[in-house]
Amino acid sequence: MCGIYLDHQSGCPVDPRVEEFARHYSCIDFGNPSALHSRGLAAKAALEEARGKVAELIGAENPECIIFTAGATQANNLAIRGAALRNAARGKKLLASQIEHISVLNPHKDLKKGGFELDLIPVDGMGVIDVSSLERLAGKETVLASVMYANGEIGTVQPIKEVSEIVHREGTLLHVDATAAAGKIAVDVQKDGIDLLTLSSNDIYGPQGAGALYVRPGVRIQPVIFGGGQERGLSPGTENLYALAGFGEAARLARLEMAEESRRLLAIRTALMDEILKIDEAYLTGHPSQRLPHHASFRFSRIEGESILLTMDAMFNIQVSTGSACSSRTLEPSHVLLAIGLKHEEAHGSMIMTLGRQNSISQVPAIASAAKKTVERLRALSPL
Amino acid sequence: MAQVGYSKKVMEHFMNPKNVGVIDNPDGYGKVGNPVCGDLMEIFIRVKEDKVEDIKFRTFGCGSAIAVSSMVTEMAMGKPLDEAMKITKKDVADELDGLPPQKMHCSNLGADALHAAIKDYWVKIGKIKPEEAKPESHEGEEGESCGT
Repeated sequence: MCGIYLDHQSGCPVDPRVEEFARHYSCIDFGNPSALHSRGLAAKAALEEARGKVAELIGAENPECIIFTAGATQANNLAIRGAALRNAARGKKLLASQIEHISVLNPHKDLKKGGFELDLIPVDGMGVIDVSSLERLAGKETVLASVMYANGEIGTVQPIKEVSEIVHREGTLLHVDATAAAGKIAVDVQKDGIDLLTLSSNDIYGPQGAGALYVRPGVRIQPVIFGGGQERGLSPGTENLYALAGFGEAARLARLEMAEESRRLLAIRTALMDEILKIDEAYLTGHPSQRLPHHASFRFSRIEGESILLTMDAMFNIQVSTGSACSSRTLEPSHVLLAIGLKHEEAHGSMIMTLGRQNSISQVPAIASAAKKTVERLRALSPL
Repeated sequence: MAQVGYSKKVMEHFMNPKNVGVIDNPDGYGKVGNPVCGDLMEIFIRVKEDKVEDIKFRTFGCGSAIAVSSMVTEMAMGKPLDEAMKITKKDVADELDGLPPQKMHCSNLGADALHAAIKDYWVKIGKIKPEEAKPESHEGEEGESCGT
């Protein structure tokens, strides 16, 4: 099962150094961080160490800004529901970009059912948010705007600083989902002017089942689930110590290694894009340069994405992703690909490659050759 | 345990599809689906002594759409037309050891394309009237939603 794994956007291996570090907290200092005995205190210390490491990755004011959650979906829900409901006295208008992750769009849509107004901000053909729409729509009654740092399907990085300036003119809170961006490009909540920021552990090679919400000092949110007083009462429940200790270590490693690793991945990505775009009727999706360094995404005319994924996997042992409708549970094409203006039949032919620490430049010829053969094989079957 | 992903048989037919291609001047031709919905299938038949003497397909679509096309052509090959006409979407799905629930509509396409090709032949030889050859399902027609 070696193969070439190119779906880091969906799932990353846990870095062996993280695994080694975190294991200690599942079998030695495994106590409940709320307990007052020595094992509990050791666990609490580990939890706070992790909080500090995560805070450092994103340039947070202090570790207390970090609320640990069981993943990015929970952090997004806490940010959106927690901020909108807590600050509803200000107004009941919400904004989100059209290409947000489903765990951002769905809480917004649910609030809409509950009486909030929701406007979706369009993006251009390369996936960059239309700042003039944002300017027009962000008003005095807008309580919260969600704009992602970068998109996992098309790789496009948003001009977050500019977004922040616009959103803050009328005092709207800015929520940024940085799940895809953190650990890949520099994210600094203070420089960027972010009020609420979502992070995922697994996306930076930490264990699954852990995430965090950064809450800027002074920003008030309320819990969306209720229980004990853990995480300032905002994310109650006994902490997943193993995963969170690992998340912290993963954040530390990402911070130290990001600059060099991103340069390395960018070189691979550039070579890969050059090769794959030589294929007849192959097109890049997303922005050519304003994009995540490890991210390459394409569409091919006249073929379908699930068939691409299956062929790449079964014939070449290369794992990729697609935004095709046929690979989704709902059979709807990716809302991201439709938002950048692709027709349904174009959106069906998408392929997403996201590189990671185990990939190397020497794999590029094999990947490009496999992609070319896959496209040729499926076009030979296609009546289009 | 619930089945994870496609059956082995679906993958076999997807990876090594049978009867791919076109028949020049076919006796019957059927085309169903819509690229907007992510699948389009065409089937060509050659008829001899009221039997499917040869059959070919071309499909744009997902793994199950391609596997279904391959399977339905295998099932129809050599069969009397009346019998081939009785092949149902369920027969095709069963022969493939099942399809994931959200992919069952793909099996419609295979049977529909086969039936359309047979009816096209029957219209040509005057066995049925053109209006009797209209498609059985409305998969992917303009203005309708895709999927099941």
